[in-house]
Amino acid sequence: MNVSPSPTDPRSWLTTTPKGLYCVPGGFFVDPAWPVEKAVVTHGHGDHARPGHGAVLATRETIEIIKVRLGAESIGSLQGVGYGETTRIGEVDVRLIPAGHILGSAQVVLDWRGARIVISGDFKRRSDPTCPPFEPMPCDVFVTEATFALPVFRHPPDLHEIARLLGSLRTFPDRTHLVGVYALGKCQRVIRLLRAAGYDRRIWLHGGLMAMCELYQRHGVEFGDIAAVNDAGPIRRNDLFQHETFKNAIVLCPPSALSDRWTRRFSEPLPVAASGWMRVRARARQRGVELPLVISDHADWDELLQTVRDVQPKMVWVTHGREDALVHQVQAMGIGAEALHLAGRDEEES
Amino acid sequence: MQRFAELLDSLAFQPARNGKLRLMTDYMRSAPDPDRGYALAALTGTLELPNAKPALLRGFGTQRLGETLFMLSYDYVGDLAETLALIWEPADAVGVGHNRPPPSLSEVVETLRQASKRETPQLLERWLDALDATGRWALLKLVTGALRVGVSARLAKQAAADLGKVEIDVVEEVWHTLEPPYQALFDWLEGRAPRPDPGAAPVFRPVMLATALEDSDLAGLDPKAYCAEWKWDGIRVQLVAGPGYHRIFSRAADEAASAFPDIVEAMDFNAVLDGELLVAHPTDDGSVRVAPFNDLQQRLNRKQTTAKLMQEHPAHVRLYDALMIDGEDLRALPFDDRRARLEAWYAARPRPRLDLSPLVPFDSWDELAAVRAGTREAGIEGLMLKRRDSPYVAGRPKGPWFKWKRSALTVDCVLMYAQRGHGKRSSFYSDYTFGCWRPIEGGTPELVPVGKAYFGFTDAELMKLDKWVRDHTTNRFGPVREVAPGLVLEIAFDSVHRSTRHKSGVAMRFPRVHRIRWDKPPAEADALATLERMIVD
Repeated sequence: MNVSPSPTDPRSWLTTTPKGLYCVPGGFFVDPAWPVEKAVVTHGHGDHARPGHGAVLATRETIEIIKVRLGAESIGSLQGVGYGETTRIGEVDVRLIPAGHILGSAQVVLDWRGARIVISGDFKRRSDPTCPPFEPMPCDVFVTEATFALPVFRHPPDLHEIARLLGSLRTFPDRTHLVGVYALGKCQRVIRLLRAAGYDRRIWLHGGLMAMCELYQRHGVEFGDIAAVNDAGPIRRNDLFQHETFKNAIVLCPPSALSDRWTRRFSEPLPVAASGWMRVRARARQRGVELPLVISDHADWDELLQTVRDVQPKMVWVTHGREDALVHQVQAMGIGAEALHLAGRDEEES
Repeated sequence: MQRFAELLDSLAFQPARNGKLRLMTDYMRSAPDPDRGYALAALTGTLELPNAKPALLRGFGTQRLGETLFMLSYDYVGDLAETLALIWEPADAVGVGHNRPPPSLSEVVETLRQASKRETPQLLERWLDALDATGRWALLKLVTGALRVGVSARLAKQAAADLGKVEIDVVEEVWHTLEPPYQALFDWLEGRAPRPDPGAAPVFRPVMLATALEDSDLAGLDPKAYCAEWKWDGIRVQLVAGPGYHRIFSRAADEAASAFPDIVEAMDFNAVLDGELLVAHPTDDGSVRVAPFNDLQQRLNRKQTTAKLMQEHPAHVRLYDALMIDGEDLRALPFDDRRARLEAWYAARPRPRLDLSPLVPFDSWDELAAVRAGTREAGIEGLMLKRRDSPYVAGRPKGPWFKWKRSALTVDCVLMYAQRGHGKRSSFYSDYTFGCWRPIEGGTPELVPVGKAYFGFTDAELMKLDKWVRDHTTNRFGPVREVAPGLVLEIAFDSVHRSTRHKSGVAMRFPRVHRIRWDKPPAEADALATLERMIVD
């Protein structure tokens, strides 16, 4: 299968391997699922940024995230670049441009002998106060995620969902509203959305969320009054042994902590989840949440299709998610489309 | 419609009874008339609307999305109404009419009632265009039948009662005189009008219930002050008949007349009578032989019955009290007087399929205890004790009426969790965890698990239980499902002991499902305290 790469045959110069997408003329992988010598990483989530690589190129923000999450020693060398800067790797010009997913998230633009492939990584199109917006880049091949690629996934306006959370806080004033959020991205976005909705009280955080919030703060993202649950001070308990401090409070925690024994300190905790999956009732029920909020850091169906229209590719490759529907619809738009079937993507925290 | 949709959405995710009550009461406090009345009708199952067929919804879906995308979506979501609600996009999203305000619930209800079958699809399309996803979901649930948000009619009525700070029994008594959108009800609950008068109307009167007798109670009771009756193993019913109407109510105020035409036939009177619905076969001496409860179950939970069923399992009502006779309200009279009126009324014209529950004569509690010891063999559930001077009052006051069950201990529990079984039962939710109510100071009671049982039911019952579990699941934990508190299991057990390993502090010995009380409202299941008093350590 050693076909020499040609710019007119995109499959020949960007190939799928068991370790992930491999750029042949550049000699590097993009978001590899296994340790490799050279990797370009789109963003800091664990299923894209993994330890053990020889060298990693990513945005400066992503490099910092990797250092905090994985430790600088987990990777041989780390090279941080700014959005829009061109780096030549092998024969390929590599540029990282904003993907609008989380702080530091990038699309990878590969230019080789006049041909261009853009790898979107994870992305969204709606505005996010914690990162610059997605930048559409015309290309020959657009490699896209498909996490929410079904017409049932249409994320409502963020502030509409936040209003539902604040409404529930009024209906159940005695209950601690425990919101399950992913530590990187969702957490910070939900805090900023709450502030945008005028909620100015202290927001409590599970200890596991603090490090990323501090990192965001170092990048100039303001959160107002936030504090770790463990720093709540002397414990005042009511007769049900629940912490009076957290009555009617909003507490953010990782989704896995929602039903953990950790929650016993709260006043009748009301489990909330903020995720694109919450759009489908059965998924929300599986999680056991009482208030599902549809807040996602991924493009919904309409955003995916709009993005394909914006970048005008000759061909769309679909990495992970519900590939069937997106491939079907893109083909119906008169654009070639196929699924790449990459392994190792985690769809849960979206 | 949008407010109502948000209510349904919140209810569907709210597992706690008091949480559901608060959501409904909040809604009724703030929603306008007549919207909230129609909402109450939808929640209590009294809203009658022309039904939209699944084929219509599927047609909408494929028309909007094409077959492939719609089927991929439907496969993923698994619920037709929800799929359509999620995928719908206003047809003229960029054109004129996009800013049409969403319809109110009353507009939807009143328009649909007037509409012809041919007009319904267009109306639905227009409304779907104007509503958001939650609104579309609620609209489609409304027109396709079951709401499935885990709210019983009784719970919705309780929310209305909470709104007016009245007892639910008072609402229950006027309920059947009212119609959607229940303006008269809200006027009364909010103090703008007097309570609607049920008068002699064919309505349900709240029933008087007995408390379980414990051995320690007897010492404080005077045997001369009480009458004893057999406790029949059937279904408590209230027969309400008068000129032109015949109604049979369960004690939860559900109507059962259509399933028991054999009883209706005997209801050629003007009275409100209290008795036990049984299956009983005529005998040669003119009396009847009561069949086991299982036979009665063949006749329950059906909207209609068949001639064959009626012949195989003839229904019978054994009367033990009279609330009204010939328009006269007897409820304030002492039990002795009501009993005399009932006996005289029956003696004047005995009717087939009805008879009187005989009194059991006794002079001392010891004598009665001996009688009770024989009830198991006699196939009778036990004894009822009724204070001779007690008026007929709604609810479950402690003292006037006791049930003194035969010796096997039983307790009415609420199903809380179900786990898949093993082997042959691996696809069935066959292991049940059930709970009893524990009061919370200043709040509504909570359920605490008291035991687990996985036998005592037939395979046919297991099929029904499994379906019930799947339809009422609120949460999943691997192989375990949590269900909404909605099904009462009568648990029989050998003894109960203190346990430090269980949250409830009690552990049952040899618990088994004695009977599935499809008819019993979960709120009437037993309290943990009842179980605790049975502890013999």
